[in-house]
Amino acid sequence: MNDKIEKNISSQIGEEDTWLDKGKTLVRQNKIAAFSALVILLILLAAIFAPLVAPYDHLEQSLADRLKDPSAAHWLGTDELGRDVLSRIIFGARISLTIGLVPTLISMAIGTVLGLCAGFYGGKTDFIIMRLADVMLAFPSLLLAMVVMYTMGGGLVNIFIALSLVNWAGTARIVRSQTLSLKEKEFVEAARSMGVGKWTIMFRHILPNCLPSLIVLFTLNIPAAILSEASLSFLGIGAQPPSPSWGLMAVRGKKYLFSEPWLSIAPSAAIMVVVLAFNFLGDGLRDILDPYLKEQ
Amino acid sequence: MFTKILKRIAISIPVLLGVVLAIFIMLRIVPGDPATTMMGEHVNPAVIEKISREMGLDQPLYIQFFKYIGNALRGDFGTSYRLNRNVAQIILDSFPHTVRLSLLAALVAWTIGVTAGVIAAIRQNRLLDRLFMGGALMGVSMPVFMTALILQYVFAFKLKWFPVSGFDSLQAMILPAIALGWNSAGSIARMTRSNLVEVMQNDFIRTARAKGLRENGVIVRHALKNAMLPVVTMMALQISSMLSGAVLTESVFGVPGIGRLAVNGIETRDMPLLQGTVIFTTILIILGNLAADLLYSVLDPRIRESA
Repeated sequence: MNDKIEKNISSQIGEEDTWLDKGKTLVRQNKIAAFSALVILLILLAAIFAPLVAPYDHLEQSLADRLKDPSAAHWLGTDELGRDVLSRIIFGARISLTIGLVPTLISMAIGTVLGLCAGFYGGKTDFIIMRLADVMLAFPSLLLAMVVMYTMGGGLVNIFIALSLVNWAGTARIVRSQTLSLKEKEFVEAARSMGVGKWTIMFRHILPNCLPSLIVLFTLNIPAAILSEASLSFLGIGAQPPSPSWGLMAVRGKKYLFSEPWLSIAPSAAIMVVVLAFNFLGDGLRDILDPYLKEQ
Repeated sequence: MFTKILKRIAISIPVLLGVVLAIFIMLRIVPGDPATTMMGEHVNPAVIEKISREMGLDQPLYIQFFKYIGNALRGDFGTSYRLNRNVAQIILDSFPHTVRLSLLAALVAWTIGVTAGVIAAIRQNRLLDRLFMGGALMGVSMPVFMTALILQYVFAFKLKWFPVSGFDSLQAMILPAIALGWNSAGSIARMTRSNLVEVMQNDFIRTARAKGLRENGVIVRHALKNAMLPVVTMMALQISSMLSGAVLTESVFGVPGIGRLAVNGIETRDMPLLQGTVIFTTILIILGNLAADLLYSVLDPRIRESA
């Protein structure tokens, strides 16, 4: 009861919820999103401590044990070189999560800076950046990534670069539109009249106000990046053997689809679980943090 | 209205040029020489030089670009290096497969997506809603190749209802179409639901109910008509994800469509082929977006009036 009154008062005097409050709201309002956060945390831990969690070494071949059905010794069976599929999936989580997090972070950083500049400076800067974004958004990101992969060749590092370069435009658009409305607000005018520099206004005053949208966007961009890596690897132009990339495992298992279906279905299912968890979490965060993005 | 359409078309032209330029530059900033990348490191330098000259790769980039644009406008996308055929002709040969696949997939996506969305909206916050929306998010989250592999295993291999691969009969195209449409069905269902839920809260819905209209009539004649506007335009926007997904679906089911061409272009390091395919696909997507915009303004009187 006291809590409620306190909350009411703080909302009346314009005090905002802290991050902890928002976390509590998430757990209360959206059980699936909270559960997804837990799943992501578990997968993250499994990825970090993969050598401790995985029952076998993911590269260890044993030709005597090749293409074994799932059993107590090998929960998800073994592949065509006798490697334990479960161990490979656990190690593969490292690839998927790194691909999900790092290029997304880089591309969003690029998008944020460009969006801030476009919205804040307006005029020619805005025009040039946004037309560039239009061009980037016109490409289907998978095709664009394929072009980049052609130029640089396959391999995980190149996927990193491809995905970092490809996905900034969406972020730039959203940050720009928020900057456009934020720069007219009184607090920006106040900062300006006090003689605060343009870059300080952009990064210290406007950027923090874009953060809720950016966090939601980040959560929703991660699964997109994970799917892109999986798709590129599935097409044979991403990760190269013996990498335990889930997309690569799925395509290599495809040959044995009719005799050992788990070889391709298990890594695909792993992709789905991670992507689904991030999507649920993103949906939940959006409802709490950013009604504005939902409208869009 | 007419000027608005013209204006919108005019805006697309620089984007189109920008896209071609971007692909053009990206394919040519290969570290080292593009002809060497194409042929491999161990080929006689004289051969590489000859290829460079033949393909015009020895000329300055801007001359190459304008030449390419000029030729492309006349329908000439260059000659595939590996297949030794006109790229435009190769694309036109595989394009019908991709179109057939995408149209069938769109049909699947729409039927499943709209039905699930409407049912979820009517049963808002009840079990069926939760179930369908969970399913929709699952559809969005499934890698296209996973859907394809599962369908192939269950319906082609186990149940033997459809052929495992192929592209020449309608029956063979059904599984690839479902695999490709499944993803879009998820987004369409989510969008239909959220729009319908919003529209159902309007005053005119209450009026329609107060008039004594049956609930089905209210939903179909009044609510759905309004809720479907953004969803209809989403159809055109889905072209982009369909064409991306087609790359994967075609590779699982062995459909010789345009997606296969792009992958072949990369695998065989056939730059003219890859370049032509990507440019062709992207142009289609831009035209699709243009169509979506125009369709929206035709369908929505508010936007039409403001023009």
